[in-house]
Amino acid sequence: MGFYPGVLIAADAQARLDRMVAVGPVGWAVSGGVSGRGQVGVRPADDSGRMTNSAITASGLRKAYHDKVVLDGIDVNVRTGTVFALLGPNGAGKTTMVNVLTTLLKADGGTARVAGHDIVTETKKVRASIGVTGQFASVDELLSGRENLQLMVDLHHFKGGEGKGVVENLLRRFDLVESADKLASTYSGGMRRKLDLAMTLVGRPRIIFLDEPTTGLDPRSRRTMWNIVRELVADGMTIFLTTQYLEEADQLADQIAVLDQGKIVAQGTSEQLKRQIPGGHVQLRFAEAAQLDAAARVLTGSTADAESLILRVPSDGGAKSLRAVLDRLDEYAIDVEEFTVHMPDLDDVFLALTGHSSTEAESKTEVVTK
Amino acid sequence: MSMSDSAIMLRRNFKHTVRNPVTLFNALLMPIVMMLMFVYVFGDAFSVGGTYVDYATPGMIMMAISYGLSATATAVNSDMTKGIINRFKVMDVSRGAVLTGHVVSTVVRTVVVLAAVIGVAFLMGFSPNATFPQWLAVIGVLLLTVFAVSWLTIALGLAAKTAESAGFATVPLIMLPFFSSAIVPAEKMGPGIREFAEYQPFTPIIESVRGFLNGTPSNGHTIAAIAWSVGIAAVGYLWARAKFSKRA
Repeated sequence: MGFYPGVLIAADAQARLDRMVAVGPVGWAVSGGVSGRGQVGVRPADDSGRMTNSAITASGLRKAYHDKVVLDGIDVNVRTGTVFALLGPNGAGKTTMVNVLTTLLKADGGTARVAGHDIVTETKKVRASIGVTGQFASVDELLSGRENLQLMVDLHHFKGGEGKGVVENLLRRFDLVESADKLASTYSGGMRRKLDLAMTLVGRPRIIFLDEPTTGLDPRSRRTMWNIVRELVADGMTIFLTTQYLEEADQLADQIAVLDQGKIVAQGTSEQLKRQIPGGHVQLRFAEAAQLDAAARVLTGSTADAESLILRVPSDGGAKSLRAVLDRLDEYAIDVEEFTVHMPDLDDVFLALTGHSSTEAESKTEVVTK
Repeated sequence: MSMSDSAIMLRRNFKHTVRNPVTLFNALLMPIVMMLMFVYVFGDAFSVGGTYVDYATPGMIMMAISYGLSATATAVNSDMTKGIINRFKVMDVSRGAVLTGHVVSTVVRTVVVLAAVIGVAFLMGFSPNATFPQWLAVIGVLLLTVFAVSWLTIALGLAAKTAESAGFATVPLIMLPFFSSAIVPAEKMGPGIREFAEYQPFTPIIESVRGFLNGTPSNGHTIAAIAWSVGIAAVGYLWARAKFSKRA
C-alpha cells in the first residue's frame, strides 16, 4: 500500500469532511469534544508553574539487548502541546523508545525527562502525567467497553459519582455507546483502538504516547484515529506518536524524527524532510523506441531510458498534472504501454537518508496497465 | 468509598471466571467425572479397608484443587502477554494488587468447586465421622493448601512464555495426586513409586484431611501438610515476585 500526495490531499479533505459531519446532529466528537471538554474528564491536569516548554526531552538514550543495540544515543525534544512522530520501519526501536520514556523499560544510558520529571528518579510522577496506548490494544477482552473504562475509573480512584460521568462521556466521545455493553473481544480493530485510547484518557494525562496507533486499521478507522489525535492536541495535550507510515506522520506531526537501527537519521518538520527526498514522478513504458523518443520530446523535464523504453516525468501526483501529461500524449497520438505513478514514501525517505531501504518496503507504485 | 486496587483486580478476575464458563465447567466437571469413575468403575477393585467413596473423597478433593490451577496460570500469563499489565504498570497499580487478585480469585473459585465435589460425594454415599472442629480443621488445611499452590501456579504462569505453555506448566501439579495416596494407599504401590508417593507433599495433605474426615486425626500428617504448604507458598510467592519484577 503506498501513499501519494495526490491521495493525501484527498484524505485531508475527507478528514475535514468527517469533521464537519461529525459535529452535526450525531453529536459526536471531533469538535464536540473540544467544545465540551470543560465538563468531564479528559482535559490534562494543570500543573502550575512546573510546565516547561518541553514536554519530553531525552539525551543520549541507549538500550541494548545482549549484543544487539536497539537505541543508540537518541536525543529528542518534544514541545508541549505538539505532536511528535517517530517514524521508522519495524525493528527500528520505536517501541523500545516508547517503553523507555514511559518507564516500562530501563535505559542502559542517557537521561530523559517527561513532563519535567526524570524517568528514572521520578518514575511515579512521570507515570501520573502520561498515558500510553500500546501497539497491541491493551483492553480486557472479557470485559465490556463500559466495564473496561469503569476498571480504569476504579483504579484511578475517582470520587463519588464523578467516575460514572467520565465513562459515559468517553463512550460518547469515541462513538462506543452502542457497543458499550458488548465484550471487547467482539470489537473490531478500530473500535478496540478507540477503547484503548479512551481508557488511556481516563487518567487525564498531559502527555500521550501512541505506539503505532493505526497499524492494521482500515483507512476509515485510520482517519477516525487521526481526527481523535488532532482533537487531543486541540485540547492541549502533547502526543508522542510512533508510526511506520510517512503519510501518518505527515498528517499529524509538528516534528518528525526518522529512526533507523536505533539512530535518529533525520529530524524536522514534514516539509523539511520532504525536501530531502526525491520528488514524485510518473513512469511511462512504451512498446517501441520511436514512441519513447516522441514522448521525451513533448514532455518537458522527462528523462528517458532507451533500454527499458521507460520515460520518467516529474510530477506531484495530483489529478491535474496527471491529466496534463495524458492530454499531451493524446495530442501527439503517442501510445503508452504502461502508466505508473510513483510518490515518495517511507522507503524513499529511508533510501535518501540512510542509503538502504526500510525492511518494511511498501509497494511504491500503482500500476495502470492498458 | 473507593475500593482497594486488590479488590478491583479481584472483581475483574471474578468477571473473567464467570464470563468464561468453559473454564469453570471444566474445573467442576472433571473432578466429578473422575470421582464417578473411580468410585463406581474401579472402586470395588481397590481394597482400601472401608467404603471406597470415604477413602477416595479426600483424594478427589486434592485432584479438584490441582485440576483448576491451569486456568489460573493461563489467566496470569495472559495478563502479562496481552499488554494490559503495561497499562496497569503505567497507572502504578501495585504488583501486589495484580497478583493478590489472582490468588484470592483462585482460592474462591476452588472453594466453590470443592463444595460441589463434596456435595457429589455425599450423594454417592460419603459418610464422614468428623466432628465440627474436625471439619474446621479440614477447611483450614485445604485453604492453606489452595493458597500455597495458587502462589506456585502464579509463578508458573509468570515464568511461561505463552498462555498455552503456562497451562501446560501446571500438568505436573495435576499429575501429582495420581502418584499420591489419593486413589490407593501408598503402601500398595510398586517400589520407587511408593517412596515417591510417601514423600511427596500431596500425600500428607490428603492423609491429614482423610484423618480428620474419618474422625481419626493424624498429627504427623497434619504437621507435614502445614509445613509443605507454608514451604510451597513461600517458594511460589518469592518466585512470582521475582518473575513479576523482571517481566512487568
